[in-house]
Amino acid sequence: MSDHSVHVTVNGVTHEREVEPRLLLSDFLRHDLGLTGTHVGCEHGVCGCCTVRVDGEAMRSCLMFAVQADGAELDTIEGLAGPGDELHPIQEAFRECHGLQCGFCTPGFVMAIASYLEEEQRADLTDEEVREAISGNLCRCTGYQNIVAAVQYAARTMYGSS
Amino acid sequence: MATRVFGQPVVRNEDQRLVSGMGSFVDDVSAPGALHVAFLRSPEAHARVTSLDVTAAREQPGVVAVYTHTDLGELDIELPLMIPHPCMPYPKTQRLLAHDEVHYVGQTIAMVVAESRYLAEDALEWIELDLEPLPAVVDIEAAVEDGAATTHSDSPGNVGAQLTQVVGDPDAAFAEADIVFTEHYSLERSGGMSMETRGVLADYDARTRELTVWDTTQAPLTIKGSLGSLFGIPYNKVRVKQPDMGGGFGTKVMFYPDEVLIPWASMQLGRPVKFVEDRIEHFIGSTHERKQIHEIDVAATSDGVVLGLRDRFLHDTGAYIPYGIAIAQVAATQLPGPYRVPNFSVEFTAVYTNTVPVTPYRGCGRPQACMVIERVMDRLAEEIGVDRAEIRRRNYIQPDEFPYQRGEILFADGLPVTLDSGEYEKQLQVLLDAIGWEEFSAEKEAARAEGRYIGLGLANYVEGTGLGPYEGAHVQVEPTTGKVWVATGLTSLGQGLETTLAQVAAEELGVDHGDVIVVTGDTQAMPWGVATFASRAAVVSGNAVAIAAKDVREKALEFAGNMLEAAAEDLELADGHIFVKGAPDRFVTLKQVAIASNPLRYAFDEDAKAATQFAPARSADGPQLPPGDEPGLEAMGYYSPPHATWASGAHAAVVEVDIETGELRYLRYAAVHDCGTMINPMIVEGQVMGGVAQGVGGAFYERMAYDESGQLRNASFMDFLMPYATEVPKMQLEHLETPSPLNPKGIKGAGEAGCIPVPALTASAIDDALSDLGVTVRDMPLDPCSLKALIDAATEG
Repeated sequence: MSDHSVHVTVNGVTHEREVEPRLLLSDFLRHDLGLTGTHVGCEHGVCGCCTVRVDGEAMRSCLMFAVQADGAELDTIEGLAGPGDELHPIQEAFRECHGLQCGFCTPGFVMAIASYLEEEQRADLTDEEVREAISGNLCRCTGYQNIVAAVQYAARTMYGSS
Repeated sequence: MATRVFGQPVVRNEDQRLVSGMGSFVDDVSAPGALHVAFLRSPEAHARVTSLDVTAAREQPGVVAVYTHTDLGELDIELPLMIPHPCMPYPKTQRLLAHDEVHYVGQTIAMVVAESRYLAEDALEWIELDLEPLPAVVDIEAAVEDGAATTHSDSPGNVGAQLTQVVGDPDAAFAEADIVFTEHYSLERSGGMSMETRGVLADYDARTRELTVWDTTQAPLTIKGSLGSLFGIPYNKVRVKQPDMGGGFGTKVMFYPDEVLIPWASMQLGRPVKFVEDRIEHFIGSTHERKQIHEIDVAATSDGVVLGLRDRFLHDTGAYIPYGIAIAQVAATQLPGPYRVPNFSVEFTAVYTNTVPVTPYRGCGRPQACMVIERVMDRLAEEIGVDRAEIRRRNYIQPDEFPYQRGEILFADGLPVTLDSGEYEKQLQVLLDAIGWEEFSAEKEAARAEGRYIGLGLANYVEGTGLGPYEGAHVQVEPTTGKVWVATGLTSLGQGLETTLAQVAAEELGVDHGDVIVVTGDTQAMPWGVATFASRAAVVSGNAVAIAAKDVREKALEFAGNMLEAAAEDLELADGHIFVKGAPDRFVTLKQVAIASNPLRYAFDEDAKAATQFAPARSADGPQLPPGDEPGLEAMGYYSPPHATWASGAHAAVVEVDIETGELRYLRYAAVHDCGTMINPMIVEGQVMGGVAQGVGGAFYERMAYDESGQLRNASFMDFLMPYATEVPKMQLEHLETPSPLNPKGIKGAGEAGCIPVPALTASAIDDALSDLGVTVRDMPLDPCSLKALIDAATEG
């Protein structure tokens, strides 16, 4: 298998690598670029742990090949907040609301929720709306209730004054 | 004074890194030059290996080695029987790599080591394996019939263990009972299914002869000791690390072939070697639990007081029985629940089948036992025409009856079952108020008038938690940062131990919990201890931390007394400072005391300079470190519980059944939990809520769907239906705190509890919803198809 050139921007940093065409985007991010915050839970697109944003849209990186991301702008959990210990409001909300336990599914949830909140742009999210919005991600630890609360908390922080 | 942190719902210390993608899970650890492993696994449930040829695989690009059992030399062993018991006629454990017979789909046969996982998987295709299928044993009822096929060709029958235990005089109880009936209940097989699969990375350094292993294990010290003895490496030269874990749920406490083979391969090849399961491998290669079929005779008075039970059950142990009878035994001891039940007998048979081996998964036999006894209570209420809450009241152990001894039935710690404390009736009342028990009949009637079927169900449980033998803790005030360092032999599975143990230490030492660094899962930091399982970490390790931290506190006061020229009893410790009472300007910091406690010191920072002016810290003549003294502000502490502490809980839910489709919806859910004194109520609630979600899966969605040939037909998240946010109800949580008298902190365990009552209460709620149709649920989990079948059978019958 001959390698292909992939040119991507991840969290604002450009990378160019030669990769096998079969290399999954999730493996590329984790092992080639060392961005291990994106986790892999099932490798068949069901659990949502590997969710990243590709040109702003939440995508499962285990269902894409790295070569398919050629030319794309990617966002991963590592790039969500500012430098140092600063947290993005969604990350802060997860901590405040105990929206995580083991934290393995958390990056995927956070990236999916980032897209969702950007689309909704409002603070008054009902439980039902949030549950529907996060129903593509599996969590085995929390029972989801505190994740729902975290999404609502983040929405209030981000859009509460508007 | 510092704000009290013990008992407070403080946010977690571990979250900063976890929400930032800066966690360190085993697969996140990179080792330069690491090789990667893929296993050839049996595609048949039971078969003879007629030929196995790996020659071509060895020639494939990037392949460094391919191993079969013939390559293992002295390591060609069976895995240890972790918990032996004389009731097992021929205890079977798995070989690292199969010999001439395979016993379940997924069993490891050969191991490919290559430059990448992709290349290792490619090479698997070049292994030539011929199997001669043998009859597969899957159905546990058929397996114990005469003439049944056998799971292992070299052993007769399929009985893995058989044990009968008797408390009181059940036969006499049945002779004098007004009411006698027999029921059948069963629960299906499921699995922990942590979001992180299992993985191992090993790096053997041939120069220093040190082996470092990163392992997604709940028991790093077990792995450390085992690898050391298997490979003949000194205990202190084997370091096992479990940095962050993506959920454990019991599945990761087992000893798996890869946990030996990956370190061995690293030693053979002189390079780091890594293996991480994919999800399908996790389904067919990591253990399951739950399947039991119970037949129970019940004897009661006409008032509904249970006089005796006689339970017989079959327990599916899968192809091997590495964990002995633990699950069946826990189920047996939990059978009477929070009820008196003065006479009972339990007879169980653990049955071998050609399926993935069975070891404890969160709950460990309790959801099965809870389902049985709670269904019995519901049936009894119906028999004598009293409310389901009332029948329970009539049978509860009362607060003045503790400690309540069950007689000679032994718990998982090998000690007689003795419930230490509980407030079961009060707990029930809190639950009934929370769910709206009294008002529900009107609500149900109104719903029926609209053609809707809603029902209310409840279930109680008790849970023996906090087992021994012991745990330890090393507590130290760090001389460089002044922070408190707490090291324990346990691992955190994600439940928040870094915070709860920090809260315990912070309480004793008067510091902020954020200034306590808790190290879990590093055998170099703490070489003694057991493991994280059986809801024991907070109880056993929490008390060990408290003991060690108390010692450190005393040392700190003594040293500071010397430094401040004051008596220890005139000092107080708060906010990381030690003050002379009534003279707040006379103080030293904990960090300064830590520096001064080490006679070898340099003025490397301002605190050290300040500390030197107080020298010597000890008012002793002679050597700087007198005989018997030790440097440093630190202590080791150990705690060994006398026996299990018994947590309890009661849950209730209102459900709605669509009788046309068999769909089930939880309309509301309430849970009351009593795990004694809580260290952090937020974390306890998280444990309960997460447990309930798993319980919901075990009540209505999840089952391991084996076909008759032993193929697991739903080994993916596409087909094994774990609940999403849309399936898990919103929960209302209430707490009781009945302290355990057994340990200084009054703590009971909370890890497993949430999942225990969910199948039982869901069955109870479905029965109630469909009371007009006369449906009785006896087998869980249900799904829309099986529930619809029950509805159809009732309406047609």
